[in-house]
Amino acid sequence: MNDMSLTREQREARLEGMGCKRKRVEDIRFTQGKGSYVDDVKLPGMLHGDFVRSPHAHARVKAINTDKALQVPGVLAVITAETLKTVNLAWMPTLAGDVQMVLADGKVLFQNQEVAFVVATDRYAADDGVNAVEVEYEALPVLVDPFHAMDADAPVLREDIRDKKDGAHGPRKHYNHIFEWTVGDRELTDAAFRKADVTIKEMISYHRTHPSPLETCQCVCSFDKIKGELTIYGTFQAPHVIRTVVSLIAKLPEQKIHVIAPDIGGGFGNKVGAYPGYICAAVASIVTGKPVKWVEDRIENLTATSFARDYHMTTEIAATKEGKVTGLRVHVLADHGAFDACADPSKWPAGFFNIVTGSYDFPAAHLAVDGVYTNKAPGGVAYRCSFRVTEAAYCIERAMDILAQKLGMDPAELRLRNFIQPHQFPYQSALGWEYDSGDYATAMRKAMETVQYAELRKEQAAKREAFRRGETREIMGVGVSFFTEIVGAGPSKNCDILGIAMFDSCEIRLHPTGAGIARMGTKSQGQGHETTWAQIIATEIGIPADNIMVEEGNTDTAPYGLGTYGSRSTPVAGAAIAMAARKIKAKAQMIAAYKLEVHEDDLEWDVDGFRVKGLPEKFLGMKDICWIAYNSPPPGLEPGLEAVSYYDPPNMTYPFGAYICVMDIDVDTGVYKVRRFYALDDCGTRINPMIIEGQVHGGLTEAFAIAMGQEIRYDDGGNVTTGSFMDFFLPTAVEAPHWETDYTVTPSPHHPIGAKGVGESPNVGGVPAFSNAVNDAFSFLGSTHIQMPHDFWRNWKAAKELGAV
Amino acid sequence: MIPGPFTYHRPTSVADAIKLLGELGDEARPLAGGHSLIPMMKLRLATPDHLVDLHGIGELRGMRRDGDTVVIGAMTTQYDLLASDTIAAALPILHETALLIADPQVRYCGTLGGNVANGDPGNDMPALMMTLGAVYRLRGPGGEREVAAADFYQGAYFTALEPGEILTAVAVPAQPAGHGYAYEKLKRKIGDYATAAAAVVLTMRGGTVATCSIGLTNLSETPLLAEEAAGAVIGTSLDDAALKKAAEAARAIMQPAGDGRGPVEYRKHVGGIMVERALRRAAAKAA
Amino acid sequence: MAPQAKKTQVSMKVNGVDVDGLVEPRTLLVHFIRENLQLTGTHIGCETTHCGACTVDIDGMSVKSCTMFAVQADGSEILTVEGMANADGTLSALQEGFRQMHGLQCGFCTPGMIVRAHRLLRENPTPTEEEIRFGISGNLCRCTGYQNIVRAIQYAAAKINGTEFKEAAE
Repeated sequence: MNDMSLTREQREARLEGMGCKRKRVEDIRFTQGKGSYVDDVKLPGMLHGDFVRSPHAHARVKAINTDKALQVPGVLAVITAETLKTVNLAWMPTLAGDVQMVLADGKVLFQNQEVAFVVATDRYAADDGVNAVEVEYEALPVLVDPFHAMDADAPVLREDIRDKKDGAHGPRKHYNHIFEWTVGDRELTDAAFRKADVTIKEMISYHRTHPSPLETCQCVCSFDKIKGELTIYGTFQAPHVIRTVVSLIAKLPEQKIHVIAPDIGGGFGNKVGAYPGYICAAVASIVTGKPVKWVEDRIENLTATSFARDYHMTTEIAATKEGKVTGLRVHVLADHGAFDACADPSKWPAGFFNIVTGSYDFPAAHLAVDGVYTNKAPGGVAYRCSFRVTEAAYCIERAMDILAQKLGMDPAELRLRNFIQPHQFPYQSALGWEYDSGDYATAMRKAMETVQYAELRKEQAAKREAFRRGETREIMGVGVSFFTEIVGAGPSKNCDILGIAMFDSCEIRLHPTGAGIARMGTKSQGQGHETTWAQIIATEIGIPADNIMVEEGNTDTAPYGLGTYGSRSTPVAGAAIAMAARKIKAKAQMIAAYKLEVHEDDLEWDVDGFRVKGLPEKFLGMKDICWIAYNSPPPGLEPGLEAVSYYDPPNMTYPFGAYICVMDIDVDTGVYKVRRFYALDDCGTRINPMIIEGQVHGGLTEAFAIAMGQEIRYDDGGNVTTGSFMDFFLPTAVEAPHWETDYTVTPSPHHPIGAKGVGESPNVGGVPAFSNAVNDAFSFLGSTHIQMPHDFWRNWKAAKELGAV
Repeated sequence: MIPGPFTYHRPTSVADAIKLLGELGDEARPLAGGHSLIPMMKLRLATPDHLVDLHGIGELRGMRRDGDTVVIGAMTTQYDLLASDTIAAALPILHETALLIADPQVRYCGTLGGNVANGDPGNDMPALMMTLGAVYRLRGPGGEREVAAADFYQGAYFTALEPGEILTAVAVPAQPAGHGYAYEKLKRKIGDYATAAAAVVLTMRGGTVATCSIGLTNLSETPLLAEEAAGAVIGTSLDDAALKKAAEAARAIMQPAGDGRGPVEYRKHVGGIMVERALRRAAAKAA
Repeated sequence: MAPQAKKTQVSMKVNGVDVDGLVEPRTLLVHFIRENLQLTGTHIGCETTHCGACTVDIDGMSVKSCTMFAVQADGSEILTVEGMANADGTLSALQEGFRQMHGLQCGFCTPGMIVRAHRLLRENPTPTEEEIRFGISGNLCRCTGYQNIVRAIQYAAAKINGTEFKEAAE
């Protein structure tokens, strides 16, 4: 690697390190259909499990008759709660400190809840068996509306904890209450409201939706009775956590549990939690002695595993008449469904919702969140966002628009007046966070200039006049969103999952020929870690990315890590990779100093090796150092060149961005058209711009779907009415808008390479941009807030209510 | 999502298919493109013991011009319709409508016969066939008979098709040169059924509407022929007042269900809008 | 419930190779391909004919193999993603386009998307962006937002046609 005939630029290019649009390693297999996903796993003698599910949202289970099912050819066993009780697994702990039925124990609490697990020789026989199980139900009153959860006469949902005064997060006010979580200074905030020139108050709902990756949740569990070992192949975003949780609840020694997360077909938060299917497949394998596969179908996925959002946020802002914000007060009613299975760090019952002060310098703020039970599926996962961060961003970004409207001020101008200023970083927010870095006004102004914001407002004014004159039936909205995320959970001082600190890890082993393997505690679900992780190593230690193999997902070989979600991979594992690489580099420097016969301090790093300061011809490249490290290390230095790093981040990272959406809406049909969408992201140091752009495109498309129609909806009887892709809105290439992407770079000061994470920004920032565009379009007709999702009929309804139809 | 077990039959002639269906009785279902039936079977909402696959019957597929009529075999796919010069020349509205059905993959399999015979109010071709004055050719144990599309639909999934009968072909009057046509379909996304849709076929003479026919999709338990609405525009120049009158007349016969596409009030409203827009666009195309 | 239906022999040509198997009539083609033939590149995403992850090419048609019985495909010629590479084993223009243009992330929709795009380009070798978007509208992708898939197909079209590929300006 010391080819001096190459220029410095050529040597850098050869590394394909950070900043390079490196093509993805993964794509060679994926484009040829050679990926290896869970449902591709086929083990000798493998059985299939499938669930009997409840048609009722709330009912007592009077009897389960499995006789006919057991006579179906191929059916070997039917597992019920009674079976699970014999191994003490009828209930399982949730990540949020609650417990959840694995299979219906006496009653069912949501439609499609798991009632029995049929095990058969193949998936056809299992399905036949499911259809032959007879369950007798007695319907109970159904609680769907969270605003009535704490009524005096509300149905009792959780009989198991009816009389429990305290939950995992403190006192409970009602038998359907889960927790109340408060942050901030109430008195200071109340005082700000008393003194305010202007206040606004609005109940802003973020409806229930679902991450719905294209591959559903699935697993293959294989218990080896002789060795007492359990191997689990599964769609796991956090394989090590699964191993530890299985060890704790199944009382199996952790070294005898092998968790393998192969290629994963998208996660978006859906694959963080532990679901009854995993427990049942494991128990079935232990009972039958055969491997058991469980593959969720799409209806099951949408209706039973991990919804997202369902936050109802009553939001108030206090401000001066000049438009300076002085106080923020938010109360959230959080609908958690039948069990509190939110996938948040354990001490955070509402995740990091206290980022709700957003990008603005609020001197005072107060937040209270009440979680309640309803007859809906459990979950509450971070669907392509850090924990409850998209709810918070939507809340504040919508509220800022409402304030701008009340002040008669342009919404972009209001934001510019209230941004946290560059000199204020590190910035202590009124709700307890320390923002690491940011230059918000620069990003906002760049966005405004690129889209010619002032021109858009002029055009809008003209169109509104034309609408009033009856010359057009189309209205135009310009949606502005400026978001600040909090990602990279997280520092062990405040982040853990069931007591496991949220560090992450990397192990790098270099081989004698100048190649290597690197393993991490994260798990890609499409983010391209095999490509980007190698780029960090390439830049740090001068070994070409092509020579580094990246491996994740096997708990036997990978160092312990907390997995991939909440945009934590780059902030936490990315840092661990850099730190492990630097340990290697330090040893390499010792070797180079010895070989070049100088003191270590006389060496300087030069792309792919060490050079003696002032003597450019005296150079030792990393490829040679690798060979020397194994075969002729300096006396006293042990052979080998490898390192492990466990990184406990000192702080979260705070990516931000400015998004602008231009939309036209036909008031007669409610049909909208996204004319333009511009997204500027600042994720700090950019590792692979191609992948960043891809992440932004994908996240924006999800945001578009959520804002404009994607929802999990229940009727009054607790029946899901959006249980398939006919009704659950996933845009096709025809509906998906065209995206323009842009960036600024404000590195994180505390991260070894300055990177902040990007995968979730577009979902977090995109939803308010779309919703603000719709609301902005209608505002001149007199509306202040229209709830999401903004699908056609709701747009028409808004137009009608405002007298435009 | 696994279908229940069944026995599979693949006759090679219509006569054999009818014989089989007669012998097997209620427990048998004919299988055309399968894109309505197979999903229902996977949900076990349909559990036929026998499937009689019509794909082996060559005489059921293809199109031919027969004087003033275009005869389309029941097993002709949407894809076939899109590729056909006969259709492009004589019935361009079929081309326009086929493109709005489902998605590319489904159009390769989905058949005209399946679309019209299933009785699903969400299907697009039935209202179009009523608008065009098409006649369905049915064959059963009692022989062959013809039923006008306008008389075929009795309720959601209920049609004039008798047990043991299959639809073999659709005879559609070729439209005159210079006719105007439009199928306006409002849907949430590709692959969705219509929130509301309207088919219009008309001719113009001297700037006024000479003949007009209007069909409505997914706005009632059956497809609808909006005769009063069509009557309201004949003789007019399709001025705003006439369009409004037609829309109101069409709304008067709509009885949509409220669902994820919108509440009843919305679906009726946009149903009227689709009528107005289809009329306007059809008139613009007419010579 | 019907009596357990007898199994049927089916034979077809898959990726140029003659194959046969014994299936229940209700065996879905996608399960036959994935489990009997062990060609696991064809994926199952929704099971309700919406997502297109199971798309295969049957006798020149793009078909969602979750909505066809294996018996219906008896005697047909099928192409799956495993049959897409060039004869010499190198990536086809489409496969290369998807990699060059970052037209995939998790890779789960990719096989169906490539098989569908293959037929689209056969029928329309020079599609516009709008025609590409319409042509792949039976395939859902959750990761990419489609923009780079469109570019990937444009790249492949240019390569197949021997014309210059111009990246669309942002």
